Amino acid sequence: MSLSSLTKPWQPMSYGFLDASAKREIRRKMLKAVAVPGCQMPYASREVPMARGWGTGGLQVSLTLINPKTCVKVIDQGADDSVNAASIRRFLAQVSGAPTTLDTLKANLIQSRHRIPEEKLTAHQTLVLQVPNPEPLRSVQPNMSIARQMHGDADYGRMWLQLYEQIVRSGRVMQGASYPAMVNGRHVMTPSPIPRWDVPKLHMAQHLTILSAGREKRIYAVPPHTRVEPLVFDDVPYRVEDHGDLTCHRSGARGFFMNEIPLPDGSAAHEISDSEYGVKTIRTRDGEAVETGDTWYINGLIEDAT
Amino acid sequence: MSVVLEVQSLTKGFTMHHLNSYLAAFSDVSFDLNAGEFLLLKGHNGAGKSTLLRTLYRTYLAQSGQALFHSQHGVIDLLRAADVDLALLRRSEIGFVTQFLVARPRVSAEALVAEPLRRAAWDTASAQQEARHWLQAFGVKQSLWRAYPTTFSGGEQQKVNLARALILPQKLLLLDEPTASLDAGARAALVARLAELKSNGTAMIGVFHHPDDVAHLIDRVIDLTPEAQQNKEVPDVVV
Amino acid sequence: MTLTLNPPRLVATDALLQISNVSKSYGAVNAVRDVSATVYPGEVLGIVGESGSGKSTLLRMMNLEEIPDSGTYTLDLPEVSGNLFDLDRFARRMLCAKRIGIVYQNPHLGLLMDHTSSGNVAERLLVAGERRFGELRARAQDALAASEFPLERLDDPPRDLSGGMQQRVQLAKAIALEPALLLLDEPTTGLDVSVQALVLDTLKRLQQERQITMVLVSHDLGVIRTLADRVMVMRRGQVVEAGLVDQIFQDPQHPYTQQLVHAKL
Repeated sequence: MSLSSLTKPWQPMSYGFLDASAKREIRRKMLKAVAVPGCQMPYASREVPMARGWGTGGLQVSLTLINPKTCVKVIDQGADDSVNAASIRRFLAQVSGAPTTLDTLKANLIQSRHRIPEEKLTAHQTLVLQVPNPEPLRSVQPNMSIARQMHGDADYGRMWLQLYEQIVRSGRVMQGASYPAMVNGRHVMTPSPIPRWDVPKLHMAQHLTILSAGREKRIYAVPPHTRVEPLVFDDVPYRVEDHGDLTCHRSGARGFFMNEIPLPDGSAAHEISDSEYGVKTIRTRDGEAVETGDTWYINGLIEDAT
Repeated sequence: MSVVLEVQSLTKGFTMHHLNSYLAAFSDVSFDLNAGEFLLLKGHNGAGKSTLLRTLYRTYLAQSGQALFHSQHGVIDLLRAADVDLALLRRSEIGFVTQFLVARPRVSAEALVAEPLRRAAWDTASAQQEARHWLQAFGVKQSLWRAYPTTFSGGEQQKVNLARALILPQKLLLLDEPTASLDAGARAALVARLAELKSNGTAMIGVFHHPDDVAHLIDRVIDLTPEAQQNKEVPDVVV
Repeated sequence: MTLTLNPPRLVATDALLQISNVSKSYGAVNAVRDVSATVYPGEVLGIVGESGSGKSTLLRMMNLEEIPDSGTYTLDLPEVSGNLFDLDRFARRMLCAKRIGIVYQNPHLGLLMDHTSSGNVAERLLVAGERRFGELRARAQDALAASEFPLERLDDPPRDLSGGMQQRVQLAKAIALEPALLLLDEPTTGLDVSVQALVLDTLKRLQQERQITMVLVSHDLGVIRTLADRVMVMRRGQVVEAGLVDQIFQDPQHPYTQQLVHAKL
């Protein structure tokens, strides 16, 4: 028995970039996160060839989950073609040999920054969300030790107070992205900076969502068929962005989350935020046979998942 | 006649630690008091008349002796009863009448007078009605009923105080010069009320600077001057 | 020399609060030494003593903020039993949030200075599980009104309010859930004399109207005399004398109490 018979032959890098022990740690932390929905699990957060803040948390999860048969889609603010999304997609393909796609329906693994695709995700898909700040209590409790204790006690009075204050001072809840949500009736999480429009998509969803913050070194998860309820007062209903009546000026799609495009005359046009869904709509309009999935929102209204 | 209070060998003095001295007020006072009986304490200034009343009310702590009070809950030694028991008796069975009103800001005269009734669970309307009746009886002007007694003159405050102290019949009433500087009308009302309470069975111990007003109510007199106390054979004087 | 008092015989109700033989030391300093106290429903117990006498430590124990080295604490409430010092942090927090109100001398301890005043009161209700905005607002308003807080300033943050107003917000927060026990730690100390009188007056009125059981800590005898039914005098971590408020003021027995009372009058 020699050392060379016990070890693998030298390779320039591990499969999927991360070494086996890093991936094992992340797998374990993901399992824990799935076991306690919405509860933040600390992890080591290794170095990846990308700066902190550019999706390193999501990338590590994707690198851990990926295999040569995984079909990967990466989006940034709904777009597949932004520099960041394209770079991450190319990197994932390079280190794993996995195929990539832009089509939500074909993807097994979707890494996303700030959006959830408009087409419904299904049980065979995993959504990885990049999280800049995983701690919903940070704005009300700067001391993270106490914040963890508050999570332990389900002491979310201050979160509610924040909503109360917003309504009193501004007449409505001002929280836009990162709207805090109660997961499985126990832990309040920040659903990463997705718009309010996307939070209901997590509620009782068929897919698994893993949220990962690289800089803050926290992983948490929303398993399939789990309640995700935005914090709202009984008599002040949750409101998504008023995008239900907007029409995409390029594709004509209506009733989805839009990007606002300022026009030279001071007015604004709107363009669908989920770029690939926009492309599908255009191609369908032009007579191509494109497979389009069911969408969470129909005519600007979400179908009640419960 | 049922006994209300049995006082035995009551002794009270004051230890003044900063002077390192002890001042005796009275010692070895004994008497019984029956329901409906009126006992007058007499003696020169400083003989301890008011002190005796306050000792029974437990504003002062006695040195030794016993004061068995036959409360509706059973017999209890006023000198040794727990503070909370005393507080209960003060609310329901033992009244203390002085000439001084403890007014509270922003509480109207009628609310102040009605308070003992409210504590005894009277409803607001009938307590108020009764309070007004007694304010009237003691000659408090109707225009003052809803005003705050903190701003009243001494005489008016005293009337409010009497109305409050005498509104609820008690088992034992301790009277500490309630007539001092009272006008004739109010004094008559006071005497009438005392007579009424007495005939309904309230036992009273009183200190009066001028006992003439209540002379016809007095059943017995205890002289607290030290000489009289030493000569215990002298029977209680019946006026 | 004076007679020792018997345990209560006439009062039929159980004591609401019973704290027995508590001691607490910080290093070599004995902050509280073998102190016991009993409070009956509807009563106001005053605790008087100079700085460092241990009175505030005792009050913090009653608020379960401080756990003594030894001793027991019970409250006669249906949801708790046994020694409250043995409760875990979570149970302590829930008990305090729902059943015990406290007003601190320093409003920074009791209030979120940058939130609205109504929000400070609403927080209590939120912790207790109220999830209707309209109800929160109405009940916060009621509690502030009962504390005689000017409602036109409902949504001003405490940092913009005067000391007296801040104490009223604290009081409103403390009574919002109609606590079984209200703890007052030098509630008027540091206020102008005229403001002090108004706050005391509000406390007195609330006590009369709602029969709230209170424990009041103060070094100010005037405050104690205005509010308390019974008084405990503390010195160097021990109770030197206890009695009815008029007795303590008019016939103090212990040399220290005599000194204290005479210094006042």
